[in-house]
Amino acid sequence: MAMQSVMDSKLTIVVIEEDRDRAIAIVEALKESGNHDVHVVGPIAGLARKIAAYSPDVVLIDIDNPTRDILEELTLASGPLERPVAMFVSGAAGGLAQAAVEAGVSAYVVDGLQPERLKPVMDTAIARFRMVRQMRTELAETRRALEERKVIDRAKGLLMKAKGIDEDAAYALLRKTAMDQGRRVAEVAEALVTASGLLR
Amino acid sequence: MRTVSLPVAYMPLVDAAPLIIAQEMGFAETEGIALDLIAAPSWSSVRDMLAFGRVDAAHLLSPMPVAMAMGLGGVQTPISAVSVLSVNGDIIGVSRALEDRLREIAFDFDFADAAKAADALAKVADGTLVFGVPFPFSMHVELLRYWFEGTDLKDCRIEVRTVPPPLMAQALAEGDIDAFCVGEPWGSVAVDRGAGALLLPGKAIWAFAPEKVLAVRTEWAETEPHLLRRLMRAVWKAGRWLSQEESRTTTSEILSRPAYLDVPSELIDRALSGRFTISGQAEQRGVTDFVGFHRGAATFPWRSQAKWIAHRLSLANNLSSDTAQLAAEQVFRTDLYRRHLGGTEADLPGASEKLEGAIRHPTAVASEKGRMSLLPDMFFDGSVFEPMQSD
Repeated sequence: MAMQSVMDSKLTIVVIEEDRDRAIAIVEALKESGNHDVHVVGPIAGLARKIAAYSPDVVLIDIDNPTRDILEELTLASGPLERPVAMFVSGAAGGLAQAAVEAGVSAYVVDGLQPERLKPVMDTAIARFRMVRQMRTELAETRRALEERKVIDRAKGLLMKAKGIDEDAAYALLRKTAMDQGRRVAEVAEALVTASGLLR
Repeated sequence: MRTVSLPVAYMPLVDAAPLIIAQEMGFAETEGIALDLIAAPSWSSVRDMLAFGRVDAAHLLSPMPVAMAMGLGGVQTPISAVSVLSVNGDIIGVSRALEDRLREIAFDFDFADAAKAADALAKVADGTLVFGVPFPFSMHVELLRYWFEGTDLKDCRIEVRTVPPPLMAQALAEGDIDAFCVGEPWGSVAVDRGAGALLLPGKAIWAFAPEKVLAVRTEWAETEPHLLRRLMRAVWKAGRWLSQEESRTTTSEILSRPAYLDVPSELIDRALSGRFTISGQAEQRGVTDFVGFHRGAATFPWRSQAKWIAHRLSLANNLSSDTAQLAAEQVFRTDLYRRHLGGTEADLPGASEKLEGAIRHPTAVASEKGRMSLLPDMFFDGSVFEPMQSD
């Protein structure tokens, strides 16, 4: 199995990813990097059996996925010839491994696969995982910003009503309080909204 | 002193408390450091972040660095366990189906007698018993294997399978596993979700098992001795604070925050107080020192503990026990512990190894300040492990 994969030009790659859109993005990127056989495994149930069915050369997984520890067990359990080992074993892959960890992707490769064959696959995967991760972070940040905007608007409204001031004055008051207390405007607004809810 | 920020990886578990408390209660700040605590989704992730320099220190399962030094598993970066973060704290539980069958044979769930529990479990086992554990190299696996071998369970068909702790209760409820050995709060979570009942605390198998270690890259320990010293001192003080009864409520409140464990503080308090709800029928059981962070020289990384782990791993993997123990000796760094905690309030034992399993009652031992007392460390079968002597 390991010998064969070294000679074939085509790699069998399994991507473990539950989110369908992310899986598609990663699969497409990998296909661009070469004529590989790429499969996606989604749900956790029966993970070991599903991976074994493809007998992959490489398994790619998001570093934030808790099921990584199940893969660790697989790498230890299989027979010596078809033993997938973490790519990090190879000295040549050292820098690649670090980049992979930082980008949030882990790879498990079959023993005997040469690092230079893995490199284009990993480069592509790393680039794509980075992009997906950034999109996720940006989405979360946008969502948070919107939430905070709403809370600040509510707090401004409360202040305007309670103190009979205009919007600019209400915002200035929030900002001054935040500065005095060394907190963020959103936190002060949140506290005010919560407190006024209690008083009602 | 300028405050230096140190990235530290941990798994969200009760026994990550010394790191969390070091940061939250100001012990780190006193030493001029700030711990940038990064919660990891898996143990492999903690290991990789440490090995590849994403973090400088980590909360690690005690067998992980020993296995790495023995060449087991993928990553080979030399790692040093500079102190023990916690002793004991694992818990063994069974599914509702097994609980019912155990009750049918009038098993009393005493939550104490490991041999009795094994015999009862062997009696009701039907087909293969599947045990879930958090990681292939863990004290959980070692305790289970040791327990199986010394009891009637050795004649049962048993499979030990890795299941991420947060998914343990679900795996138990869905019948993927029949039983588990896991760190708190995940055993209590399984009980609260009605997925199973608790059978034994880990300490019923080995009364003083090194559970988690404070791990750093060996190369980092050499290039950053001053940072390591500050880190070790802060964590040691956090452990001592944790050992005080009056710290308990604060600790469970802090750990329960969304940024840390994100489970109700009452669940965390069970492990810290040793008072457990063991079943859906609200039965209560008490364990003294369920998890330890300080008492009995808990933080000292006894080389004999590493050697016991290495010896057990060598048996399971058909390797030479002597070679394994030699490798393990380099991992539990009694030398760094002495160097960096010397001259502080921490007491240092005269010896760096002991017979594991030989202490039956709290025992005073020779130490620098002359007030060290070791706690019982028996194995459930009464055997004593004599570490290999390298010279």
